[in-house]
Amino acid sequence: MTPILTGTKKVVTGNHAVSYGVMLARAQVISAYPITPQTQVVELLSEFCANGTLRAKFIKVESEHSAMAALIGAASAGARTFTATSAHGLALMHEMLHWAAGARLPIVMANINRAMGPPWSVWTDQNDSLSQRDVGWMQVYCESNQEVLDTVIQAYKVAEKVFMPAMLVLDAFVLSHTAEPVEIPDQALVDQYLPPYQPIYKLDVNDPHSFGALAPPDVYMELRYKMHRAMEDALAEWARADEEYHELFGRRYGLIEPYRTDDADLILVTSGTVTSTAREVIDELRAEGRRVGLLKIRVFRPFPAQFVREAVANARKVAVIDRNISFGMGGIFAQEIKAALYNACDRPPIFGFVAGLGGRDITPHVITEIIEYAESHDDPEDLIWVGVKR
Amino acid sequence: MRNFTLPERELMGSGHLGCQGCGGALAMRYVLKALGEKTIVVIPACCWTIIAGPFPYSSLKVPVLHTAFETAAVAASGVRAALDIQGDTETTVIAWAGDGGTFDIGLQSLSGAAERNENIIYICYDNEAYMNTGIQRSGATPLLAWTTTTPEKTPKSEPKKDIMGIMVAHRIPYAATATIAYPDDFIRKVQKAKSIYGTKFLHVLAPCPPGWRAPSEWAIKLSRLAVQARVFPLYEVEDGERYTLNAPQADEPALPVSEYLKLQGRFSHLTEKDIQTIQGIIDKRWQKLLKLVQS
Ligand SMILES: Cc1ncc(C[n+]2csc(CCOP(=O)(O)OP(=O)(O)O)c2C)c(N)n1
Ligand SMILES: [Mg+2]
Repeated sequence: MTPILTGTKKVVTGNHAVSYGVMLARAQVISAYPITPQTQVVELLSEFCANGTLRAKFIKVESEHSAMAALIGAASAGARTFTATSAHGLALMHEMLHWAAGARLPIVMANINRAMGPPWSVWTDQNDSLSQRDVGWMQVYCESNQEVLDTVIQAYKVAEKVFMPAMLVLDAFVLSHTAEPVEIPDQALVDQYLPPYQPIYKLDVNDPHSFGALAPPDVYMELRYKMHRAMEDALAEWARADEEYHELFGRRYGLIEPYRTDDADLILVTSGTVTSTAREVIDELRAEGRRVGLLKIRVFRPFPAQFVREAVANARKVAVIDRNISFGMGGIFAQEIKAALYNACDRPPIFGFVAGLGGRDITPHVITEIIEYAESHDDPEDLIWVGVKR
Repeated sequence: MRNFTLPERELMGSGHLGCQGCGGALAMRYVLKALGEKTIVVIPACCWTIIAGPFPYSSLKVPVLHTAFETAAVAASGVRAALDIQGDTETTVIAWAGDGGTFDIGLQSLSGAAERNENIIYICYDNEAYMNTGIQRSGATPLLAWTTTTPEKTPKSEPKKDIMGIMVAHRIPYAATATIAYPDDFIRKVQKAKSIYGTKFLHVLAPCPPGWRAPSEWAIKLSRLAVQARVFPLYEVEDGERYTLNAPQADEPALPVSEYLKLQGRFSHLTEKDIQTIQGIIDKRWQKLLKLVQS
């Protein structure tokens, strides 16, 4: 048995940060299928299972669809479960993503954002996870490897509280394959934060029930209403889980993170690793005396609409960077933010930028251009393609 | 005629939603009699989605997990893993799927589970078509049969897929065929499956009177004729190699297949020549099976 140092710093990749989080959360059943750039997550978990660091069953299935189906079986029988995937793997799971949410199973999954083919690409963008927006999974976009590890643990806390599955999302390569110093929390503290999973109902031969049976129209809608209510409750639960985490481990992330937005005329909205680059740009522009701020969206489902409204209420303009595209409409984060603001009293004009698809770099220079475009134009535009060679 | 006692316990209620004479309903009743209370049943989309009863009812007195059409074997694997990690190695987990969920859409996950030798009993109740959605052809539909997607003018042009051959090729510890016309053989096989570690596969012929266009009181009769006409011989295979023939006996004179076919409306369009073609296929398969049994 290889002893794992906990409560210490280690230099790990985003993928391995996921594995450490899952180990600390003491997942009991893991099931996964290989896909770049996710594979390292489950390779390390296989090691943990093999050397006894993690006491879990690892079901090495023949597809992602089966990975999710296996976890649905396992979670229905009361186990804490985990899987990880990317892009085509996530798309293949689609039917079972609905199933996990509808069955109210607190499965946790890491999705390493990868662009969808064709043409084949292994590089990052968000179309894979955002295509699953409406399946009933919570979605949390991470910015650093530390946040990735911490989010795995928080995700179990929230998912098991509201009985909805949770997906943490991290950028391919920029995070998944990039090593950063990460504090590996102390196991005893994690155990205190995250006690063993206690399902309200499970498959139990001593108390037999039927799960997922045909639901006629007079009950189906109520079940959907309850799922939505659970998602609403999850907003407060994410905040609470984050606070408790802060008390024990000294770190918190918020559902959204406003950065230098207080007196900002223009607020840039980002998610994922673009946020780190944008933070640098904001600091530089601030040093020049420009009133620009940054809003990071971390929790995307449930959507923290009220927080977003408050965060941008005093801005004169909002510029959203979307590393995704809903063909025929525009960037998806921009749409969500517009939808959140439409009924608000104070709603600044919104510029929607689509950038960095298929892993194209979003450099400080690109971000500066985006900010300058929004600053220099009076009328908002729904969709501005950044850096496309036409 | 041998004597045997049917286990008395009744884990299936009479208020189930199967059609009259449903072979699949009776098959479940026998399986639960054989396995007892400590059983969890995983059911993908199939007629049994309905037969098990709508919320809040259940026709079974054991836990039931409904799952998506193609996932019976793997969802059952997940349940098994969760029980094992929580220290329950006693409960039996069965996947209970139709022929569509087994031969066709669920074959991939079934193959995966078998290759991993998951400790589950997988039971396919084979009514030889997608009955739940209205009698469409499946990979289990026999040659020249009528279904709603293989109309009489162009009946099914391909023979039934050899699912036992496929499962045996996985070299799983136990694979067997069974029918509701031979309950003693059926129950013994279920209990034998329970006693073996690993993936066990049971292929159960389950006549569907509405789908086969036959009177509802003939489900058992048709099951018996299928065996006697060697359309559906009863046999078991251990570790992918040891074959045992249960019925009919090798030296028993065969019933002509026409005796089986003529009772079913789904074959009423067959010509003499068609019947000869079918008889030819059945004779060939029987010889092949006998060779496997003897080797
Ligand atoms: C992915 C998917 N495709 C199609 C269906 C529709 N469907 C439900 S049951 C069924 C047929 C099931 O046939 P079989 O497995 O033979 O079971 P039977 O109904 O005959 O008992 C089909 C096509 C579904 N539920 N899921
Ligand atoms: Mg069928």
